[in-house]
Amino acid sequence: MSYFKVDNLSLHFGGLKAVDAVSFEIRQGEIFTIIGPNGAGKTSIFNMISRLYEPTTGHLFFEDKDISEVPPHQIARMGIARTFQNIELFDNASVLSNLLVGRHCHSRTKLWQEVLFLPNVRNAEKAHRAKVEEVIELLDLQAYREKIIAGLPYGVRKVVELARALCSEPKLILLDEPSSGLNVEETDDMSYWIRDIKNELGITVLMVEHDMSLVNRVSDRVLALNYGRVIAEGTPAEVQRHPDVVAAYIGA
Amino acid sequence: MRFIFKTDYEQDIKLMQHSGAWWSYGLLFAVLAAAPYFIGSYLQSQLVFVFIYAIVGVALMILVGFTGQGSIGHAAFLAIGAYTAGFLQSRGYPFEVYFPAAGILTGVVGAIVGIPALRLHGIYLLIATISFAFIVEEILARWESVTHGNEGMRVRAVEFFGQTVTRDSNSFYFLCLAILVLVIIATLNLMRSPTGRAFIAIRDSETAAKSMGIDLAKYKVRSFAISAAITGLAGTLYAHKMSFISPEMFTLLLSIEFIMVIIIGGAFGLHGAILGAIFIVMVDPMITMLKDDLPGMIASLSRGIGMGDDGARVVQDRLYAIFSAPGLKGAIYGLIIIMFVLFEPMGLYGRWLKIKLYFQLFPLYKKSTFRRQKTYVKSERNR
Repeated sequence: MSYFKVDNLSLHFGGLKAVDAVSFEIRQGEIFTIIGPNGAGKTSIFNMISRLYEPTTGHLFFEDKDISEVPPHQIARMGIARTFQNIELFDNASVLSNLLVGRHCHSRTKLWQEVLFLPNVRNAEKAHRAKVEEVIELLDLQAYREKIIAGLPYGVRKVVELARALCSEPKLILLDEPSSGLNVEETDDMSYWIRDIKNELGITVLMVEHDMSLVNRVSDRVLALNYGRVIAEGTPAEVQRHPDVVAAYIGA
Repeated sequence: MRFIFKTDYEQDIKLMQHSGAWWSYGLLFAVLAAAPYFIGSYLQSQLVFVFIYAIVGVALMILVGFTGQGSIGHAAFLAIGAYTAGFLQSRGYPFEVYFPAAGILTGVVGAIVGIPALRLHGIYLLIATISFAFIVEEILARWESVTHGNEGMRVRAVEFFGQTVTRDSNSFYFLCLAILVLVIIATLNLMRSPTGRAFIAIRDSETAAKSMGIDLAKYKVRSFAISAAITGLAGTLYAHKMSFISPEMFTLLLSIEFIMVIIIGGAFGLHGAILGAIFIVMVDPMITMLKDDLPGMIASLSRGIGMGDDGARVVQDRLYAIFSAPGLKGAIYGLIIIMFVLFEPMGLYGRWLKIKLYFQLFPLYKKSTFRRQKTYVKSERNR
């Protein structure tokens, strides 16, 4: 019995084994980090979990359900949200409507009701808005609420993307390099938020990260990958001392 | 400059964001309601065409402007609506039956056309919709038992709850206006609810939309169906306004006119669809004016600068020949599109917003407010 389990997962592009027989388990309520050099297969694992890629072999289990055959748009509904390494926001919409899209998996209104904008649609909209405002409050985005994404600086966009993922009220959140492109202060803020997400919202976090100081500060457990294979797993300190990890990063 | 003080979530949901909007749209509505009693029959007729084009413009805005799926086949949807009206009317059904029927049938066809859109992007989707339009044109010409083929079909006046509404009457004007207003309100409602946001999400990033739980297949088909259904409704009005329909009315050029409506108007809001419709309907009278009046005017001008009578006549004949050349309309359309894409990609509505901001911020307006930024082209590998 495990909360989230990756079992013998592989992704092959022809002869290239981007991910090769990777297995790990995540416990409920922990922050689990995947590290590894470029091209180790970290983002590929993320893309398989959010079902953008089809695994060559292997299975994914979330709350003991096999999600390897679930269509991508159902993943959010099951309680798994994600952010992207290169930011995939809806650029020509305001921060507010971006966050409201995050609520999509909770919308239950029918098309004809929306066309007439019946009271149930109006009330649902207000309820969605109230949830969105909670996230805005948590991540200090009040100043940007009405702004169009295309005009926002990179650091803010990164936070908006995190906010959008939180708006879907996930049980498990996948963060793909939350600190990439952020300056030192922004990275600090991000590390506090990631801990808040775990401690206050009770969301399990799976993240990919290169910044080792951030990894050390927030992670409960770390998994190191190289060339698509697991080379070490354990607490941040253990993994960093592991000879294979040292070899992978600085050469032996 | 207006600052709106917000105290309630309701305020962001409202269609009219502030009291000024009530005044300006109320005034516009009052003017349009009073107009047919003051303007001549020619202008009234032009306005009816503006309404019909605007309905199609709104439909295209949903599909192209909001969902980001291209279509150069909307003349075909218009044709399906028009022929449904013509056929059902000839079978003795009244307007209140075939008007919704045309919308539903066109919507179903639109959903079917939307299915290939799940796999096609950008230019390939455009090609698919063009071929769809050609197929429909061909069917209309050959399915003679229903469409009377190339002979075309007469469409009688509207029979609406026992009342006869002829195509030139003020009642028909009001019917078209009412349908336009209802379509706009329905679209605005849709755009402020989850479906509308899903459309925008699909336009901006399919990958993110997917991972936010948006079923791409469902919403793309929805967008196509809604857009087609609205165009079908416009088709019935079009059939009545023309009073005669034949396959050669629903050509590629008409589809391109519809696309121009939203490019010229500005493909990011419903205002654009309306402004674009006004512009496109005015192009024809402009071309007629070019043909009839301009050569004479330039001839008298050249006489004025001392070219003599013979020279002036040569100029007049040449110009007349140029302006009556076949295919001139297509060339002018092409030129207009290129000019807009190059110099005002945000269209007439974008230009209007800039002018408005200029006066709101006077004298602090900066040109760079609207400067276009070069951004990275997003990777397409996860589409």
